[in-house]
Amino acid sequence: MADPELYPADIHHEHASLAVTERPLARAALMALAFGFLAIFLLLPLVVVFEQAFSRGIGAFFEAINEHDTLAAIRLTLLVAVISVPLNLVFGVAAAWAIAKFEFKGKAFLITLIDLPFSVSPVISGLVYVLLFGTASLLGPWLKLHGIVILFAVPGIVLATVFVTFPFVARELIPLMQEQGTGDEEAALSLGANGWQTFWHVTLPNIKWGLLYGVLLCNARAMGEFGAVSVVSGHIRGLTNTMPLHVEILYNEYNAVGAFAVASVLAGLALVTLVLKTLLELRYGAEIAATRGH
Amino acid sequence: MTTAPAKAGWRFRQPSVIPGFGLTLGFSLAYLTLIILIPLSGLVWRSASLGWSDFFAIATDRRTVKALEISFGTAFIAAAINVVFGTIVAWVLVRYRFPGRRVIDAMVDLPFALPTAVAGIALTTLYSPKGWMGALLAPLGIKVAYTPLGIVIALVFIGLPFVVRTVQPIIEEIDKEVEEAAATLGANRFQTIFLVLFPGLAPAVVTGFALAFARGVGEYGSVIFIAGNLPYVSEIAPLLIVIRLEEYDYAAATAIATIMLALSFLMLLVINLIQSRTRKRYG
Repeated sequence: MADPELYPADIHHEHASLAVTERPLARAALMALAFGFLAIFLLLPLVVVFEQAFSRGIGAFFEAINEHDTLAAIRLTLLVAVISVPLNLVFGVAAAWAIAKFEFKGKAFLITLIDLPFSVSPVISGLVYVLLFGTASLLGPWLKLHGIVILFAVPGIVLATVFVTFPFVARELIPLMQEQGTGDEEAALSLGANGWQTFWHVTLPNIKWGLLYGVLLCNARAMGEFGAVSVVSGHIRGLTNTMPLHVEILYNEYNAVGAFAVASVLAGLALVTLVLKTLLELRYGAEIAATRGH
Repeated sequence: MTTAPAKAGWRFRQPSVIPGFGLTLGFSLAYLTLIILIPLSGLVWRSASLGWSDFFAIATDRRTVKALEISFGTAFIAAAINVVFGTIVAWVLVRYRFPGRRVIDAMVDLPFALPTAVAGIALTTLYSPKGWMGALLAPLGIKVAYTPLGIVIALVFIGLPFVVRTVQPIIEEIDKEVEEAAATLGANRFQTIFLVLFPGLAPAVVTGFALAFARGVGEYGSVIFIAGNLPYVSEIAPLLIVIRLEEYDYAAATAIATIMLALSFLMLLVINLIQSRTRKRYG
């Protein structure tokens, strides 16, 4: 085993731990590759957003934000998130309760169906509602007769957002609640608590950080969704434009400062989301352990 | 609610003392049906009612075929790039200790959190001929913005966290003893990594690739700004759906969407098969 040709001398003389790590040169090269890649693909786009937003100074930035249509877009984005996130929150808790606390036939198939929106293009998520409620659809004439407006209005935007963010809370909670089992709930029930008391005082405290984690991701996507919302919104300025859609309109009008000003608000929101997410992972890692990774 | 001792035979659910099964499952199924299943089956139904010859005509239309080729081709290349660099990033994040590691780790999720339209205009500005990256690449004769290369760049951005977040936990789980054993048996570091560790990482890498690829195929917001959207050259399938919709050509939009859905599911199926095979081979 001491053939100097096959086993170069430096291996024998190096520190014993060398065998299970890379040599310093390889290590430096890998780190340079990783950092270079992340700097070009993640950091630069983020920096550019803020650089462009403030390129004409802070006054121009606030002027761009404090514009009627921009404020309307911010309000609409908040409204859509305030409606769609709680809907998916209730669904996520209900689905996770049924799936994690009970054994029944077809459970795996149900989980697959819940994940379905993740494998559908956002554009198609919007398209399905256009086909369902559009003038050429079965429901279209009936809706028109009764004066119900869904497409190119807030209800359509909410529906498309709900579709796209559908799995977020459920898929955080399902593995978490499966891991926690049913022991705590059985104990509470045997001590005389009813179903609601068990949920509020036993289950909810167990899942609260995982739930918050799911809501955080759900909200980020709800406020940032572009493709699905773009198809159903109709792009009416000041009425059906969410923030991401408003970014597009401003950008296409060569209003770079305006587009990037609104974009920087969304980027700030993304950064806040990342910070909160990281804090949750660091602080309550064990309580949301089953949720790491996507 | 105690149940009689289980009789042999089919039973929808196992007995349990926990309440709320009917309520939660009923609500979940109703919500799922209303929001997801009815709209999606509406798409398939509309597509089926097109008639075979109409469907075939749209599916073989040169612009449709080109758009699908561009979407699937660029998504494939981007996912392949992400497999290489995503795995390196995951390795560096798990194995090496350096200041700012947590910040960089958190940053990897930026593409999940950043709205796609924001990523789209940022990348376009970066890679336009006057942008920071574009100006660097222009003397080399490389044009990124408004070419298919731009689509690849956008999809690399979008897909990166899928690969890193699937591979990272598997690297964390690697038992150091395996590497020590390999090293003791005379393997050099290169051999240990490629012959001993990589086979174990393969299923995660394939999953990461599949997730990044699937996301890339359907991606819209980050791509349309940088792509230039030239028919037959840099027009992606989701954009063609939108264009057909704006022309009130619901038949074409529906058909293209159905083809995309079918191809995506087929692809996921194939990848699931590959995955279960690699799992069997390497345990």
